[in-house]
Amino acid sequence: MASVPSTATDIARAVASGALTARAVVDEHLARIEAREAQIHAFNLVTADAARAHADAIDADIAAGRPVGPLAGVPVALKDNLCTHGVETTCSSRILEGWKPPYDATVVSRLHAAGAISVGKTNLDEFAMGSSTENSAFGPTKNPLDLSRVPGGSSGGSAAAVAAGFSPVSLGSDTGGSIRQPAALCGVVGVKPTYGLVSRYGLVAYASSLDQIGPFATTVADAALITEVIAGHDPMDSTSIPQPAPSLVASVSQGVAGMRIGRVTDLPGGAEPEVMQRLDDAFEALAAAGAEIVDITLPSLSYALTAYYLIAPAEASSNLARFDGVRYGLRVNAADTNAMYGVTRAAGFGDEVKRRIMLGTYALSAGYYDAYYGKALKVRRIIAQDFDSAYARVDAIVMPTSPLVAFTAGEKVDDPMAMYLCDIYTIPTNLAGHPAMSVPFGTGAHGLPVGIQVLAPALGEEAMFRVGGALEAAGGAR
Amino acid sequence: MSDSPLSSVVATADQLLPGGWEMVVGLEVHVELATRTKLFSGSPNRFGDEPNVNIDPVTLGLPGALPVLNKQAVELAMRIGLALNCRIQKCIFHRKNYFYPDMPKAYQISQYDLPLNADGYLALPSGTVVGVERAHLEEDTGKSTHIGGATGRIHGSDYSLIDFNRAGVPLVEIVSRPDIRTSEQAREYVSELRAILEAIGASDAKMEEGSMRCDANVSVHKPGTPFGTRCEIKNVNSIRALGRAIDYEARRQIDIIESGGTIRQETRHWDDAEGRTHTLRTKEDADDYRYFPEPDLVTVDPSHEWIESVRASLPPLPAARRAMLQELTGYDPQSEAVIVAVERGQHEYVKEIVDAGGDPVKALIYVTQAFAEAGPHPAVPAADIAALTLLERDNKLSATQAKTVLAEIVANGGGDAVAIAASKGFEAMDTSAVEAMVDEAIAADPDAWAKYCAGEEKAAGAIVGRVMKASKGKADGKVVSAIMQSRRGS
Repeated sequence: MASVPSTATDIARAVASGALTARAVVDEHLARIEAREAQIHAFNLVTADAARAHADAIDADIAAGRPVGPLAGVPVALKDNLCTHGVETTCSSRILEGWKPPYDATVVSRLHAAGAISVGKTNLDEFAMGSSTENSAFGPTKNPLDLSRVPGGSSGGSAAAVAAGFSPVSLGSDTGGSIRQPAALCGVVGVKPTYGLVSRYGLVAYASSLDQIGPFATTVADAALITEVIAGHDPMDSTSIPQPAPSLVASVSQGVAGMRIGRVTDLPGGAEPEVMQRLDDAFEALAAAGAEIVDITLPSLSYALTAYYLIAPAEASSNLARFDGVRYGLRVNAADTNAMYGVTRAAGFGDEVKRRIMLGTYALSAGYYDAYYGKALKVRRIIAQDFDSAYARVDAIVMPTSPLVAFTAGEKVDDPMAMYLCDIYTIPTNLAGHPAMSVPFGTGAHGLPVGIQVLAPALGEEAMFRVGGALEAAGGAR
Repeated sequence: MSDSPLSSVVATADQLLPGGWEMVVGLEVHVELATRTKLFSGSPNRFGDEPNVNIDPVTLGLPGALPVLNKQAVELAMRIGLALNCRIQKCIFHRKNYFYPDMPKAYQISQYDLPLNADGYLALPSGTVVGVERAHLEEDTGKSTHIGGATGRIHGSDYSLIDFNRAGVPLVEIVSRPDIRTSEQAREYVSELRAILEAIGASDAKMEEGSMRCDANVSVHKPGTPFGTRCEIKNVNSIRALGRAIDYEARRQIDIIESGGTIRQETRHWDDAEGRTHTLRTKEDADDYRYFPEPDLVTVDPSHEWIESVRASLPPLPAARRAMLQELTGYDPQSEAVIVAVERGQHEYVKEIVDAGGDPVKALIYVTQAFAEAGPHPAVPAADIAALTLLERDNKLSATQAKTVLAEIVANGGGDAVAIAASKGFEAMDTSAVEAMVDEAIAADPDAWAKYCAGEEKAAGAIVGRVMKASKGKADGKVVSAIMQSRRGS
């Protein structure tokens, strides 16, 4: 039997054609997990038995000549804030330890319907709050490229799983960069779709107006394929855009000839010099491929981080209030109900989660709302307007994903502000609700991967994947 | 402001309390909407089921679950807004954050500064017009039962049971302006509101079952001075209790002020058994609800077409129904009979009786007297009642006789008034013509009559046949028999 290909696209083709069994694909990936997971800790839970059973069922379908989906036999890892029916979903938090959802997230149902096989639930910064996957109640995830370094976060487990070859593709969630930044640090492709393109039903909310689910992959085409499968209207999510999933895979190889691509001249500083050199390389490559590089300004970009750290914690303080020990998850008993809430939440949440709940509670409090939350919403509108002005002149914008390559474990974990600055280039698109992706493009300090970010206007996924495909073709990908 | 007929509301002299005090009352009425499913999920909205059967991930606020707005709930809320002369507007939902065990998400999805319905009014039968500030949509909480402890409240209980069947049931909160000046007006407001909600099919509005709940904001002041500090009274579970609670609370506040004290702004609990209010919480312990726009829902912007189609589908409201009965009967719209008939929804039935040829005043009175338990559409044919009204109107039956006949018609689900009256031996009937025909028939066939008088019942057929022929079949056989029996003296 043939060896297992590295991409989802090739695996699905081989399995559907009978050249390879789904069981062989799953066994190969489980063997890789067996070999390296102890060092990397990409997963909170590996569902090996269920994965093998699912693979056998798909093989039976193929043997019987029944039709299979576009991801038949493709292993997929799921961030552990996506609800999986009957399978523990923890958000890497003590407060949800042991909770088994009675339903699947819409993205999980869609992946399964397409024939993808879930191999496990991946580690994250608790409730997706962090940029290094060190804020997990169950221990940090290591960067497969250098075990002394972080994989980024908060979807560090999903990024590491793909980088380590544990699964060809995975899902993460991106509220302020939580897919793109770990993708950059682990040298893989990561996509945050337009807000509303992918249903959030079954994603345990961090900041509802910013959260969006998206894929990790080793190739831009695989990322486009997964986005196609999970996108499209879902009546269970009121913020889901009422239109069918777009066709995206074809865009990847379409090239950028004639496209206008924006270069931000007033980009906030702080990026490592090698990262800025790779950005210059990227513009050179895109120009060589026939794109017109257009200088633009985004003056409000430097306010995005501040606005984000009011809006996201404010929503989080409300979203996480339901973890009160009454109905599920952890309960620490106390003399009365109010005391029980206090001790349960004190024991169940980690420091970063508590920090953001307090920040958000304060920002929404009577007398402070207008000065903090209200003002942050105004900044958010101004950022969106700045992007609108820019997109009147360009089809896409290119900038770094992360100012830094993967940093060493423990380096920033006690300095929240330094950690927050990791997301300075990714947060603005979340505030605007636009799509963006990170594509590996060469290396920076210590030979570690650099991610280049491609931004596009709302529902501009086709333009985004064209530029991403061109960057990949130019040789940036490892 | 809308073009409401509001002027500044001042109590009349006879509405003032002893000492020249004026009470100022505003009401917050919560009504459960009669939707098929919950406000944000597909679970049934049904009262009285086994605990925790009408639940789902959204109702339980499970992690990852998201709300989706129920269109029928918006439509019923719009019906309420239109019936209360509100402006229907573009609106959003907010989260009201507070912890309580029967509130699964630890926030209630409600409406805050942009409610669906704003700036309306309710004109009461007595003529008082009460402003309606807003009528907004929100979700209900679950229901806690606290076991152990003396008070039945959470403090001091051993444990609590939670039923989430009610969680997520759609509510409309109708907030009046502080335009109410007497407990009588407050009761009238709630009665009229209940009649409207029933009439438009928005809610069954049963205070006993909790599908209509009322909180009262009460303050007192001297006319011409600023309003006093208000207290909110909760746990008022009937219209009668509402009147008692308001009167008690106004008296309590006046006593405090007159003895040199000041009123603290607080929430108070009405104890119906004791007939008094207790402090529930003071303003200082009030929660900061940290309202902010609900990011999981989108703006609701009802189109002009939608609003107008809902408006067109509204039935006549109680005021119009009372006016209809006034026109029909000449009765004052505030009269007991008119109010009762409209409250029961039997105005259409009264009209059917009149349309069947009945006397309007008698129709109204019969309906109010005899159909208390019958619901809006009694099973008795309107024509049967119409016939009876004419007998009484034309003095062929006394009022007492008519009442007896009415009771029998109602008990039998219908019946011929003339025959029933005859069978009861009630004389004053429109039977003179029939009597004349019977007498003619007796004269024409004395043999048959003699046999009949001798006890040969079959001989009656010949007499009856003659009467029927003479009346061209219009005479009622039972009436003819009754007359013959009466002539025979048996």
